[in-house]
Amino acid sequence: MAEYQNIFTAVQVRSPAYAGPPIERGTWTRQGKPFFSYLFGKIGDAQVGPIYLGWTGVTSLLFGAIAIIIIGMNMWASVGWDPVQFVRQLPWLALEPPAPEYGLSIPPLAKGGWWLMAGFFLTASIILWAVRMYRRARAMGLGTHVTWAFAAAIWLYLVLGFIRPILMGSWSEAVPFGIFPHLDWTAAFSIRYGNLFYNPFHALSIAFLYGSALLFAMHAGTILAVTPYGGDREIEQIVDRGTAAERAALFWRWTMGFNASMESIHRWAWWFAVLCPLTGGIGILLTGTVVDNWYLWAVKHGVAPMYPPLMPPGSDPAAAAAGVAP
Amino acid sequence: MNRLLAFALAASSLLLVACERPPPDVGQVGYRGTGMETVQNPRIAKARRAANVVPAPQPSAEGEAPLAKDVYQNVQVLTDLNIAEFTRLMLAMTEWVSPEQGCTYCHVGENLADEGIYTKIVARRMLQMTRDINMNWKQHVAQTGVTCYTCHRGKNVPQEVWFTDPGPKAARGLAADRAGQNIPAPQAALASLPWDPFTPFLLENEPIRSISTTALPSGNTRNIMQTEHSYSLMMHMSQGLGVNCTFCHNSRSFSVWEQSTPKRVTAWHGIRMTRALNVEYLVPLTDQFPRNRLGPTGDVAKINCATCHQGVNKPLFGAPMARDYPELTTVKAPAEPPAEPTGEATSPAEPATASAQSALAPRASRG
Repeated sequence: MAEYQNIFTAVQVRSPAYAGPPIERGTWTRQGKPFFSYLFGKIGDAQVGPIYLGWTGVTSLLFGAIAIIIIGMNMWASVGWDPVQFVRQLPWLALEPPAPEYGLSIPPLAKGGWWLMAGFFLTASIILWAVRMYRRARAMGLGTHVTWAFAAAIWLYLVLGFIRPILMGSWSEAVPFGIFPHLDWTAAFSIRYGNLFYNPFHALSIAFLYGSALLFAMHAGTILAVTPYGGDREIEQIVDRGTAAERAALFWRWTMGFNASMESIHRWAWWFAVLCPLTGGIGILLTGTVVDNWYLWAVKHGVAPMYPPLMPPGSDPAAAAAGVAP
Repeated sequence: MNRLLAFALAASSLLLVACERPPPDVGQVGYRGTGMETVQNPRIAKARRAANVVPAPQPSAEGEAPLAKDVYQNVQVLTDLNIAEFTRLMLAMTEWVSPEQGCTYCHVGENLADEGIYTKIVARRMLQMTRDINMNWKQHVAQTGVTCYTCHRGKNVPQEVWFTDPGPKAARGLAADRAGQNIPAPQAALASLPWDPFTPFLLENEPIRSISTTALPSGNTRNIMQTEHSYSLMMHMSQGLGVNCTFCHNSRSFSVWEQSTPKRVTAWHGIRMTRALNVEYLVPLTDQFPRNRLGPTGDVAKINCATCHQGVNKPLFGAPMARDYPELTTVKAPAEPPAEPTGEATSPAEPATASAQSALAPRASRG
């Protein structure tokens, strides 16, 4: 029994490599000779490959590589092609969107043109990857749930980098490509629009984000816990409920009075995960277009509580000096 | 496996080298649970205490003595001081600014009235600036005031000055412009924020406020890049004063004054003061300085918040040093009108030198 308590796969069962069912149509075939990896077997299936790329996979990888090369080369150029400084400063480096004066026009390459181009290739790459997921799922006779979950993330990505900048009339509203710079952008975005924490859709998004982590832990913990009774064969348990499913259900009913079913927990998880970027995207889309200061919006609608001050509050010194620009 | 784990632990601890060792000292400055707290590292604060000891004041100048301008030649600014006060201030300035070089850092040894050394021209203007700060910027320096030592700390050039930063070397041509940011910027506490928050705000009069004053859009066109510039200035202030955001602001709403602490009002005047001093005193001195004292773009050394504060929210921990030097905080009205009023002399109606007049008069541009 103890071997089931391991967070890694304790017993790896090896069989001859399986290439998958025959591909019915199309000119592409699966590529690569399958091999086995002990370390992969520790966390998943030990068999690696073959992979099916297809034209969507090839173009997606190509476009993604172009985007990363554009971003990376511009970052490298920004440190004067110094390889050491490129590595040292990498977290600080970025490819910035065009300045506000360019609006939605196409600026010179050095003034944000590269950013537009990188954005185009990255977006094309991501969408082609989603198409590929959809087509592979269909080819396998699966539902397309993974594609739609991915689409929720693409929605947030497009709102940040494409839809909202267009509504605001300026590419400069978009996010830079860079590690720290995109975080600084996030902080500055929240400051400019009066504190995003008072944005109810931002709050929903956080609830679904934390909720996803909570559900993940609850579900994974439950299934690992009932593995000795065959609970890891979840699909079997869905259609033919055995003692594992009964024990798991009882455990939650005893502890919190209510339990998900062996199947419905996956709907819960899917919706929580999908609603996180979906609501987040709505929150970003409303910022600057519909609401300009979320704190004042929250005050106006009685959302932000008022606290007694402990020291005399400040007052705007610019308001005291007439005719003075703040 | 264990060796690998030990190595991984040792390697990951490197990620923490830039962090300060806990625990910090936390002081509550707002309603409970709102996060209105000041955070100080007691170990850094101890070092700062040691680095901010004020030198003992010069023996005070007592008794009646003739005015320095009547005894010495070429006294243009300190025309209201008698020779005892005058000499006392000169000794203090030597101790504060050129303790190693002595009088001859500014004066020609054979003829103290000579204008041959540029530092004398600069020092004269700095005296006017110090008096201007103490008399006209009380909203920022209050009764504590400043002396030369507040910035100089025994150094010819204050440790914390800034030059316009042309930015690091980058490829030209088609390579993307980094828009003045995205390097570890020391000016912004090593954030990737814009590396020059000083030129737009402490030299030029660019607007700092970015946040809308209405809930719904009503014509505020400030964008995120401009906000990042303001953010960078705030990082400089935070670092320069050794305080966190909530020292001045309530972080739930950085913009609303009624939610802020009174310190923010003091800081607001400080920004205006710093800008005014750069524009009125330091930039006009550019031509006086030799090339090696100028910055990479040929600009004069300028001041920012850290020039005086040096990591402490009240410079020198608020030591009332200027109290011991009334020569720097007041301009005495002369007992009788000067016999020959010149452009540089004082008169009862205008208790300041003519060249300092523009600086001493109330300005509409002070906003």
